[in-house]
Amino acid sequence: MAADSRKMVVVTLLVIAFLSYSSYIYYRLPVNKYAVDPNAEDGKMVWQKYNCNACHQIYGLGGYLGPDLTNIYSLKGADYIKPLVNFGPRTMPAFHLSDIELKDLIAYLKSVDASGKSDPRTFTIHSNGTIAQ
Amino acid sequence: MEPLHNKHFSTAKLFVLTGLLLLSVGMIFGLGAAAQYILPNFLKQQLSFEKMRPLHVSAVVFWIIVAAMGSVFTYLQQYNGKKLRFPLLAKVQFMIFLITIIFILISYCFGEFGGREYWEFHPFLAMPIAVGWILFLINFIVSLGTLKKQPVYVWMWLTGIVFFLFTFLESYLWLLPYFRNNIINDMTVQWKSYGSMVGTWNMLIYGSSIFLMEKISGNKEAGRSPMAFVLYFTGFTNLLFNWGHHIYTLPTHQYIQYVSYAISMTELFIFGRIIYTWRTTISTAQRHFHIMSFRMLAAADFWVFLNLVQAIVMSIPAINVYTHGTHFTVAHTMGTTIGINTFLLLSFAFDMLHDSDVQMKPSAFVLIRFGFWITNISLLVFWLSLIFAGIAKAHWQMSAERTAFNTMMEQLRPYFDTVLNAGIVMIVGFLLMLYPLVKNLFKAYLRTED
Repeated sequence: MAADSRKMVVVTLLVIAFLSYSSYIYYRLPVNKYAVDPNAEDGKMVWQKYNCNACHQIYGLGGYLGPDLTNIYSLKGADYIKPLVNFGPRTMPAFHLSDIELKDLIAYLKSVDASGKSDPRTFTIHSNGTIAQ
Repeated sequence: MEPLHNKHFSTAKLFVLTGLLLLSVGMIFGLGAAAQYILPNFLKQQLSFEKMRPLHVSAVVFWIIVAAMGSVFTYLQQYNGKKLRFPLLAKVQFMIFLITIIFILISYCFGEFGGREYWEFHPFLAMPIAVGWILFLINFIVSLGTLKKQPVYVWMWLTGIVFFLFTFLESYLWLLPYFRNNIINDMTVQWKSYGSMVGTWNMLIYGSSIFLMEKISGNKEAGRSPMAFVLYFTGFTNLLFNWGHHIYTLPTHQYIQYVSYAISMTELFIFGRIIYTWRTTISTAQRHFHIMSFRMLAAADFWVFLNLVQAIVMSIPAINVYTHGTHFTVAHTMGTTIGINTFLLLSFAFDMLHDSDVQMKPSAFVLIRFGFWITNISLLVFWLSLIFAGIAKAHWQMSAERTAFNTMMEQLRPYFDTVLNAGIVMIVGFLLMLYPLVKNLFKAYLRTED
């Protein structure tokens, strides 16, 4: 019985710590002040509708077949992105997006680009093993 | 109390058989996806990569989840010595999962996506999965009865079931504009849920593997020892807090990195224990290697060791910044899902077959033994090729003068060729094991009465 009680105490403490940690993250999200661009929001849905994530990464998360697109907007610009999406080089299919979808997708990529840099070369590595940008 | 009979495991067998079928389907789509790395026009019009990848990922994720549920149902009944409290509920749960998975795979073929990592299906299809899981939770809790004086695997099953539901629901918080409106907020919560979710199904599988180890060795105290619970609490802590290694490079709260980094290092304790008990593990393996289910457990043990080293390395932010976004991460995913999860789940399937009244022919054992070695050797080649591809991409990512992405991918081509070829051999190896296993397990299922 005593052993069971001790186990329950440990589990309860872990669960309380987890719920507190989760609640804190939900309540204090990393980015609190931002302008919501309705086109970018719609563009996010375009990104998900065509499952762009299967091949491309944002901040190194997603598929590995195509390049990371976090900063593609500032690196290459909208005029470079548009024909690639609609004609599909190499493995990429031609998606034939409508003008509105394409505009929204570009707005989304612009908002992602403005959120930060994904290039690992921009990180500083500390001697304790942590990193910072 | 009605004594247990083989018939009480019929639904559990259905879960495992369906899982084995999903594994086969998942491997074929995985092969197709690997082929598209090398042949850009391969099925480009019919099943382009953005369809092929989710078909592969969802099939194998559901193989793991569905078979894990089957193993928990089987071993819970064996442990309790009585049948499930609600056998009909388990059948309803099975049908919900089966129909939903079929819908999901078909929806991908028609290009209908929710577009999120792992759960790439439409969010509408998440609802039946959540309902099915709640049925699983209810059946488990009521069938178990009490948590008093329970061994560690019961705690692990309960933890896995409860927290899967939590993380699964959490992974759909993006449906609320509050979480979705900013990419950093969205990705922070998304990978918080995914990172923990993997730990939840591992809890189900590892719990079942401890039960099976006890069953084979006859040592009923292993799952009740203080060390077993120390390892469980270490695993549970990692499940809850070490998810941050997925997003070290995301411009999110810095403390997430520190918490995750510190918690991940507790895995060194598990690693140290593996080294410490190495000799015992080897001698146990030699003693029981003729038992098919134990052979699979031994293979998983080997892959646990390799992948734990890799996981610890990747949990150090200073190293993660190099490996993140490269095939080094893919190697870890493949090593854990194939090397650990799949071999453990196969061990449960072989054990279920062993417990039934179906006898495999001696020729089937030869096929399985042959398949076992082919699979493990080809998996090692597959895994190492992905690691080397990851290191090469990491070098490219950090180069002052980067070449074009396509040029880098062309340079990785020899590794991808090796991955594809090793993948083909690995599938052959798996099929050599799966064919007699599925055939005989299905026979065993047909002999059940309910």
